[in-house]
Amino acid sequence: MGLGSDMYRQQILDHYKNPRNYGELEDSDFEHVGENPLCGDTIKLFVKLADDDETIERVSFVGDGCAISQASASLLSTELRGKTLEEVQEMDREDVEELLGVDLTPMRVKCAVLAEKVAQDGAAIYVGDEEIDQTTTE
Amino acid sequence: MSQQSEPLNAEALREDFPILEREFNGSQLVYLDNAATTQTPEQVVEAIVDYYREYNANVHRGIHQLSQEASIAYEEAHDRVAEFIGADGREEIVFTKNTTEAANLVAYAWGLNELGPGDEVVLTEMEHHSTLVTWQQIAKRTGAECKYIPITDDEHRLDMAAARELITDDTAMVAAVHVSNALGTINPVAELADIAHDHGAYVFVDAAQSVPNRPVDVREIDADFLAFSGHKMCGPTGIGVLYGKRRILEEMEPHHYGGEMILKVTFEDSKWNELPWKYEAGTPLICQGIALATACDYLDSIGMDAIERHEADLAAYAYDRLTEQNDVDVYGPPGDDRGGLVGFNVDGVHAHDLSSILNDHAVAIRAGDHCTQPLHDVLGVSASARASFYLYNTRDEIDRLVEAVDDARQLFS
Ligand SMILES: Cc1ncc(COP(=O)(O)O)c(C=O)c1O
Repeated sequence: MGLGSDMYRQQILDHYKNPRNYGELEDSDFEHVGENPLCGDTIKLFVKLADDDETIERVSFVGDGCAISQASASLLSTELRGKTLEEVQEMDREDVEELLGVDLTPMRVKCAVLAEKVAQDGAAIYVGDEEIDQTTTE
Repeated sequence: MSQQSEPLNAEALREDFPILEREFNGSQLVYLDNAATTQTPEQVVEAIVDYYREYNANVHRGIHQLSQEASIAYEEAHDRVAEFIGADGREEIVFTKNTTEAANLVAYAWGLNELGPGDEVVLTEMEHHSTLVTWQQIAKRTGAECKYIPITDDEHRLDMAAARELITDDTAMVAAVHVSNALGTINPVAELADIAHDHGAYVFVDAAQSVPNRPVDVREIDADFLAFSGHKMCGPTGIGVLYGKRRILEEMEPHHYGGEMILKVTFEDSKWNELPWKYEAGTPLICQGIALATACDYLDSIGMDAIERHEADLAAYAYDRLTEQNDVDVYGPPGDDRGGLVGFNVDGVHAHDLSSILNDHAVAIRAGDHCTQPLHDVLGVSASARASFYLYNTRDEIDRLVEAVDDARQLFS
């Protein structure tokens, strides 16, 4: 089997069909939206911080799009809990691939890293490092 | 019209395309992305090799033997293409890089000079970005306005009643795709040209998806401009064609300046070369132009009417097979009245996921917006999958497509 099938391991299909932490957070400290124009994927991430104002307490998301993008968001939503905003910035593409448990074909990387990029941009905006309206992965 | 060609024998024609023998993951390639680009037959590859082995030289300006041979072949390639689409000689055939560049040539050379506030450009909702973005931006710069002929809800055809309302005496240009690359809809471009001409407007036909697979006659359509790409009709990349009526091309000013396109130059002024060279500034796409003429020979040897019937048969078969399951949405008109492509979505499987899984089965299709984002907004989907056929495709390959779709469906159910 080729790269494609590997990309659809059980874990990805499971997270796609039963996304974890799906929905809006009422009491979030920040939220951020991103889009991958290639697939038309969208992810909106909601983040609630602990009292120290830097450790992530809860994450949720809503979104629409291909299995890779939505499964990444679901996996990331569980992974981010307990990380500091600084640690979020240190994540890269390999971390996402590790989370998904697959090697990504070049065309699909953008789908996979969307949620991570949304988290990073959202965090950067929250601490005042960046001024952007919306994240895109193209 | 010429007499009907024999039905084509796809299995035999495949011999001309060794690339179709390639295997991935132990399965033979099923190439169904022909609306994006078609494969190149040995005859055309040989024409390219022959050019570089035997008579590679710059054209027009050389007195030496090689340059003469290259010049004659390059110029005659225009004659060959003219004949292929029923144009009135090489003067009406401008070689460009592709359809997109042909559209831009008209927009810059004609649109930028002729359009102004109060003028309208009428397009269709199913335009490819190559036409849509081009006129949208030229309209912005000139103060003209773009209007879009809507598609019908049920079969995604042009709403011709709306077209008659939208095309008025304010219309300066009607730009319409002949066969939609996303829907497969075949548009009545001759009728649109009629309406446009009644109001004194020009018509630009995007024939990127029609010239490759059916007889197209620019006189029958009465197109003022018509554009297509060599790489979608067995030719190489890097070559496209702008057909323009001689009178219009004579009146229009060129928009690219430089060598080859001039007759006489002084420090103060320049005089333009004759048609079509006036629009081909700089060293042109010599080899590609010659190879395009060979592609025309190749297609004519099969018969454009035979290719059209073959594609119609494949499209109808694919339409029927894909709609056997009621979780598949197929866009565009019914199976027996469409160009050789099928755009669709499978419920619950994103088009990109579908394309990835099909790739495991060595089935090459395209997924995305097919350079028609506004059309996809109208359809209410962000992406679609598209299988598109050509003269070498077979019903067996469509069965392989359907099996692979079944596999994707199971994975996601
Ligand atoms: C209908 C249509 N118009 C225009 C184009 C643009 O062709 P090219 O990219 O060769 O300029 C395409 C191909 O993608 C097409 O399908």
